[in-house]
Amino acid sequence: MFRPLPALEPRTEAFWRACRAGRLEFTHCVPCNFFIHPSRPICPRCRGRNLDTVAVSGRATLHSYTINHKAWFPGQEVPYVIALVQLIEQEGLRLVTNVVNCAVDDVHIDMRLRVVFETLNDDIALPLFEPEA
Amino acid sequence: MAEPLERRAIISGVGQSAIGRRLFRDDLDLTCEAALRAIADAGLRVEDIDGIATYPGPIQGGGGGFSGPGVYDVQDSLGVDVRWHLSGLEGPAQISPIIHATLAVAAGLCRHALIYRTVTEATASADTGRRGIGAGSAEIPGFTAFLVPFGAMSAANWLALYARRHMHEYGTKKEHLGIIAMTDRKHAALNSAAVYREPMTMADYLAARPVSDPFGLYDCDAPVDGSTAIIVSSADAARDLPHPAVRINAVGTAIRARPMWDQWQDITTMASRDAAEHMWSRTDLKPADVDTVQLYDGFSFLALAWLEALGFCGKGESGPFVENGRLDLDGELPFNTWGGQLSGGRLHGFGFVAEACRQLRGECGERQVKDCEIAAVGVGGGPVAGCMLLTR
Repeated sequence: MFRPLPALEPRTEAFWRACRAGRLEFTHCVPCNFFIHPSRPICPRCRGRNLDTVAVSGRATLHSYTINHKAWFPGQEVPYVIALVQLIEQEGLRLVTNVVNCAVDDVHIDMRLRVVFETLNDDIALPLFEPEA
Repeated sequence: MAEPLERRAIISGVGQSAIGRRLFRDDLDLTCEAALRAIADAGLRVEDIDGIATYPGPIQGGGGGFSGPGVYDVQDSLGVDVRWHLSGLEGPAQISPIIHATLAVAAGLCRHALIYRTVTEATASADTGRRGIGAGSAEIPGFTAFLVPFGAMSAANWLALYARRHMHEYGTKKEHLGIIAMTDRKHAALNSAAVYREPMTMADYLAARPVSDPFGLYDCDAPVDGSTAIIVSSADAARDLPHPAVRINAVGTAIRARPMWDQWQDITTMASRDAAEHMWSRTDLKPADVDTVQLYDGFSFLALAWLEALGFCGKGESGPFVENGRLDLDGELPFNTWGGQLSGGRLHGFGFVAEACRQLRGECGERQVKDCEIAAVGVGGGPVAGCMLLTR
């Protein structure tokens, strides 16, 4: 489906480029062992700057979802599933995304998911999620 | 606690422009109409206005009839000097400028502040239908970059995630959302200024076309054109008013979690939880003292969240709470007596304040709440909330 592109901005560019390379990764505080999303210049827990970037497994559970039926621009294909997924690495580390490769009626809260990437251009891919086999 | 500063201010006047679907009128024109009516309602001369504020005022990407005119255009149109002025998007929801006006008046920065909210979203979408956030944009900036590319292009999508989780954890039903929509519609029938007044049954509600499950068309507010203006004055002006003063007993502005739509942690709650707790901490009044609630219903579910946030029922209990006519005009807790945004029109927060004032002043005719002395107003949804407790 046609998707508007996320802008490549200083604090988000690395996230989208990593997805394009097939990795789901986040800013991470080394002393706290804490993922920070969206990225911040300091850790909101310890307020320190000892940050790196760490890839996660891409495994998640479905925290909530909605089936969107309204076309928000002419020609948009509907329906599709908008999902709020909970990554397994850290309570509260979540993404709004789409559940794909799954019948709409089979989507349910707490289902297990894994990341798949949809390439949008040379720089950007989106992390989407499908049922874990 | 020292007496809250907001009690040094009153709401002295209320005015609204024509309200309707597609008026094809300029937003500044509508704003001037509402402002002049509010100033006259307060028994003031235009020259008495020495403060002006709005939400949001000019903002990046503020097209689509959302923003309304900025304070400088309004000041210049009215031909007044001001000592205090403010606009902006970030703050305790759409009523942020009203709350901040009470503090500016209390601090003596100004004496009579005009605060307005103007929308022309119906006219703006007349040719295109309602478009999504970011529709037509080449690139999506800021926090919406983590929403819009995934097709989450409306607050309807963002808040449907909250509603679905609430249903999952607490057994809240689609029909409970329907009671909100139907109560609004029932009350709109008593308000000649409301945009949707035809009777609606639960069958009508359930048959509406789906938007973002569990929200259907009647769970989403109706874009309109209209302006609401409020005058906040120093409390000592109360004796000069041509009608009872509306007193500001307490305001709530807190937000105690990550202030983001997609990163809010307990999505069975909203920032309304924090704003409400903050408001109650500033008053001796209790939920049981409240005679009417005017609660934001940009989406039906937000009203349920506000009922829980304000403590009218326990966490997760808002669904069963709204059953059996409790929110009706003759019920235990008369709700959105003007029709709310679902049926009265999307005046974006200020419609609730206007109605609370009219109820407290006893001006509501056949939709008047009996012996109405205390009104709770809650505005906003998701990570956005502000509230006020108003008294006669």
